[in-house]
Amino acid sequence: MKMVVAIIKPFKLDEVREALSAIGVQGITVTEVKGFGRQKGHTELYRGAEYVVDFLPKIKLEAAINSDLLDQVLEAIEKSAGTGKIGDGKIFVSDLEQVIRIRTGESGQDAL
Amino acid sequence: MKKLCALFTSMIVLCCLSAAAFAEQAASAAAPVPNKGDTAWMLVATILVILMSLPGLALFYGGLVRVKNMLSVLAQVFAIFCMISILWVVYGYSMAFTAGGSMNDFIGGLSRVFLSGMTPDSTVETFSKGVVIPEMLFMVFQLTFAAITVALTVGGFAERIKFSALLVFAALWFTLSYLPMAHMVWFWGGPSAYADPSGFIFGKGALDFAGGTVVHINAAMGALMGAIVLGKRIGYGKEAMAPHSLTMTMIGASLLWVGWFGFNAGSNLEANGTAVLAMVNTVVATAAAAFSWMLAEWLLKGKPSMLGLASGAVAGLVAVTPACGFIGPMGAIVLGLLGGVVCFWGVTGLKKLLGIDDSLDVFGIHGVGGILGALSTGVLASPSLGGTGVYDYAAGKVAEYSIIGQVASQAWGVGVTILWSGIVSFVLFKLIDRVMGLRVAEEEEREGLDTTTHGERAYSL
Repeated sequence: MKMVVAIIKPFKLDEVREALSAIGVQGITVTEVKGFGRQKGHTELYRGAEYVVDFLPKIKLEAAINSDLLDQVLEAIEKSAGTGKIGDGKIFVSDLEQVIRIRTGESGQDAL
Repeated sequence: MKKLCALFTSMIVLCCLSAAAFAEQAASAAAPVPNKGDTAWMLVATILVILMSLPGLALFYGGLVRVKNMLSVLAQVFAIFCMISILWVVYGYSMAFTAGGSMNDFIGGLSRVFLSGMTPDSTVETFSKGVVIPEMLFMVFQLTFAAITVALTVGGFAERIKFSALLVFAALWFTLSYLPMAHMVWFWGGPSAYADPSGFIFGKGALDFAGGTVVHINAAMGALMGAIVLGKRIGYGKEAMAPHSLTMTMIGASLLWVGWFGFNAGSNLEANGTAVLAMVNTVVATAAAAFSWMLAEWLLKGKPSMLGLASGAVAGLVAVTPACGFIGPMGAIVLGLLGGVVCFWGVTGLKKLLGIDDSLDVFGIHGVGGILGALSTGVLASPSLGGTGVYDYAAGKVAEYSIIGQVASQAWGVGVTILWSGIVSFVLFKLIDRVMGLRVAEEEEREGLDTTTHGERAYSL
């Protein structure tokens, strides 16, 4: 099992969600985050006070998946979240040791 | 025959009685009675100025501070309004607007303490001979001015002042700075007693229609001294202290503008052409200032901001306050255009120069704008520039106008206000700091005043 974490541009969320559903990913968790990479921030001005804001709003998407599905998931996210411009985001893949469905107590593949 | 005599007698008695009644009515008709239109207008004007404080100023200021301090600002404005309301009716009105005997140059007397002797039928004259409004109405109208002036000062020491120390300061500053200023600038005998002793600044011929000196320069000095004595906020210049809700600030600014019609036009004390003039000036000067600030910011900083529009509007309102009943609308436009740009400098260039953490720019806008407005009144009130000139009650007509002479009179007002208010404010802050401490503890300032002082959160998201 793998844990796939993707940082994407906020307006891409719906597209990514649809693309993942289409290939059989049943559930995802979404958080609103701030971050920066190579994309530049901007300046805000309040009367005489200037603020340089480095952090940009992003969406963090997490999905626990079957290892077999990994390549399809990566391709789906890359295609749907990409715009070709700096700031499209990154995907992090890690091994997932255990998954448990709280209601039934199922574990492993059955809990995905 | 007897019946006829009785009838005749009773008719004569009736005639005598009604004649006496007519005579009495004729006698009381000699004492002026308030006009219902004037009274209705002044009631509305009073309510509009209350709106300026609650919630106008509260939201304008509140939106400019960080989330963790929003409630503290709202609470400070609200509490000050309540406290000053009581102090005003108990002794404030008397000390501002009655004759003060030997001290009359600087302060009034105690004849109206607890509003003693004032009934719903008591009257005071407006600026027109023989025209009166209920004295209680004049009193409550002026109450709203006292309250908002004190509330204005909190902008200078937002996000770090101890609530208890603020309340003590407010009561003392109201007594020692607001009351003498109101008396010095606005106390006189009225059109029917124009030669009676007046306040010192009034006696110098200074014109201040609605409070450029009494309210704005006065409050600005209070805020500035507080900012100096309290010191800068922790992290000032390094950490982000951006406004948490410019939406609230815009709502506040809008309520201030609308309420200001009561402030300026209501200062005419009656509903006539001069009140209308004040209203027109309050529209155009404000609009011009909002625009000129926006353009200045657009040119010099790159973007036209909502905060710039709101701040420019307030700057225009401040500048036109002393002038509104004395200048012409074209003069008001000029004043507004100037006010927007000069106050923009006040919150940028001047602020950098002074190096003081006047958190919400009270001096930059109310101080600079008030000084500009008060001095400009001396120029723009001239009939040669569309102004009304100064009415000479002794001669019964508008006097010869000397721009230089009038500006000199205005300078008296500005100078005395800066000195008196500055010294009183500074001394009070030092004293209160010595006795009870002005600032909250560092951890409390870091966490925010809402939770640490007031035990609440502004927003539960």
